[in-house]
Amino acid sequence: MKKPKVRNGKILFSEYTLGEGVRKALTLSREDILFEIKDSKLKGRGGAGFPVSTKWMLGAAAIAERKYIICNADEGEPGTFKDRVLLVEYPELVFEGMVIAGYAIGAKFGILYLRGEYEYIRKSLQDFLELMRKENLLGKNILGKEGFDFDIKIHLGSSAYVCGEETALIESLEGHRGEARNRPPYPVNTGFRGMPTSVNNVETLSCVPHIILNGGNWFKNFGTEKSTGTKLFSISGDCEKPDVYEWEWGITIAEMLEKVGAKNTKAVQIGGASGICIPKSQFNRKIAYEDIPTGGSIIIFDKNRDMLKILKNFMEFFVEESCGQCTPCRIGNTKLLEGVKMIENEKYTFAYLDKLKDLGKTMQIASKCGLGQSSPNSFISILENFKDEIFYHENGDANGK
Amino acid sequence: MLVFEKTSLAKEIEQLIEKYGNSRSSLLSILQEIQANHRYISDYAQQEIARHLCIQPVEVYSVISFYAFLNSEPKGRNIVRICKTISCDMKNKMSIVKAVERELGIKIGETTSDNKFTIEYTNCLGLCDEGPAMAINERVFTRLTPQTAVENLHKVVG
Ligand SMILES: Cc1cc2nc3c(=O)[nH]c(=O)nc-3n(C[C@H](O)[C@H](O)[C@H](O)COP(=O)(O)O)c2cc1C
Ligand code: SF4
Ligand code: FES
Repeated sequence: MKKPKVRNGKILFSEYTLGEGVRKALTLSREDILFEIKDSKLKGRGGAGFPVSTKWMLGAAAIAERKYIICNADEGEPGTFKDRVLLVEYPELVFEGMVIAGYAIGAKFGILYLRGEYEYIRKSLQDFLELMRKENLLGKNILGKEGFDFDIKIHLGSSAYVCGEETALIESLEGHRGEARNRPPYPVNTGFRGMPTSVNNVETLSCVPHIILNGGNWFKNFGTEKSTGTKLFSISGDCEKPDVYEWEWGITIAEMLEKVGAKNTKAVQIGGASGICIPKSQFNRKIAYEDIPTGGSIIIFDKNRDMLKILKNFMEFFVEESCGQCTPCRIGNTKLLEGVKMIENEKYTFAYLDKLKDLGKTMQIASKCGLGQSSPNSFISILENFKDEIFYHENGDANGK
Repeated sequence: MLVFEKTSLAKEIEQLIEKYGNSRSSLLSILQEIQANHRYISDYAQQEIARHLCIQPVEVYSVISFYAFLNSEPKGRNIVRICKTISCDMKNKMSIVKAVERELGIKIGETTSDNKFTIEYTNCLGLCDEGPAMAINERVFTRLTPQTAVENLHKVVG
């Protein structure tokens, strides 16, 4: 398989030779690996930012007949496509990260949950797994390590955004509707088929081989105190160079806009539809857990965009993708969308919109999973940050045109 | 459904059960293959699958109804899905929709009378840097113009 390696980055998009990470890992003890990961302060890249070492230590400590490593490649957040780039251009990092996780936790089985929309990548991934089996990077007694067996299967999704939520993903793997479970118990105790299961994002796992090779301390050279390493950013919207970029945590929004050739930017949506919308006055803010954390979806809006239309697009997304299991999310998102349409048709009262914002806050607290908890974010932040444009037609469409 | 169609479908399902096993966690893989081969999962197929997995047919239906890529109603042989999420929307996805609708003489959500195409909207395909994007069956097409969108329809069918 020919892969054009044209990207440049400090960690993930740097030089790497197939097998390096696993080879090094197998010279270390499990405890050493867990220590390096802990030392690196690596946090989950799927959005929630949970410390990887904590999850893995719980997994390693669990006593069970079987354990599972799941790579979450459901990447459905609007504006996110960095996992696709890793899967297509750097599959060795993703899969070796899974092997190392298996070794550290004591799991023999790996599953890559690939979103249905990425079916066209499945064949090349399967070929790559075959290559790894030939190189004994998968299979029995990996690289001669007595008793360490690990293999990876690919499971295809059938299109449902909520299946990216780890417990919904497990439901889906078990052949059910992708409806989120109550947590606790967390998958790391009771996951796939009731067994301890570590679910990690594609990018999280891809960091692991590099950390093992160079050490946790080295990883901390990049980024900030609480946000170590680099982050992949999926950049789309109004700019000259939309693409996936690897930058250190701590970069400001203004710096990002400069690098991708964004002009006349009015707003930036950070974290996709479930993220928040940042106005120009706050472009000096940093992307990091200390300020604005994100899974990496960055959508840029220039001065000609209509923020209400953007909000409507997001709310339509959530109404469609809510699994419908719990009331705050199922009904809440419909009500918020209705509110957007009322504004559009100029049939609203400010008192009612305030009620809707309160409803949004209730959804953030009372929804069962992250979908309903985060779906009001854009409603609240867009109506707040762009109220002049939306309610006083600052853009001129009622006065000027 | 004709008798010989039923027998061949029943056989196909038996083979899938052999391939994936009859545990509940095989259900999605089985449904995906039936969907890929027939573009929908008929009542009869649902009953057969349920029988093999020892679950109620309604359980199979409830799973099908949950996932956007599984259908219980017949669709065209080729499913065209145009991304309507924000980044593609801003790249003028509407001009793509109109061109495809015009070319096929149907609206979003409909199937051509020769059963060749169904057009639908889809949410973000993960190709937002290369929008507007669309998928025809499992293949994806990016940086579309109204013209290339229409050309791709014919490319896929050959
Ligand atoms: C609605 C919803 C969708 C999600 N989608 C994804 C996804 O596509 N990919 C992902 O890695 N995590 C996704 N997550 C987060 C996962 O639940 C989980 O936290 C993550 O896979 C853990 O991996 P990490 O710690 O490596 O980030 C989603 C969460 C929610 C609530
Ligand atoms: S919050 Fe929404 S997606 Fe999550 S369980 Fe409730 S209804 Fe389903
Ligand atoms: S918005 Fe269309 S592919 Fe992401």
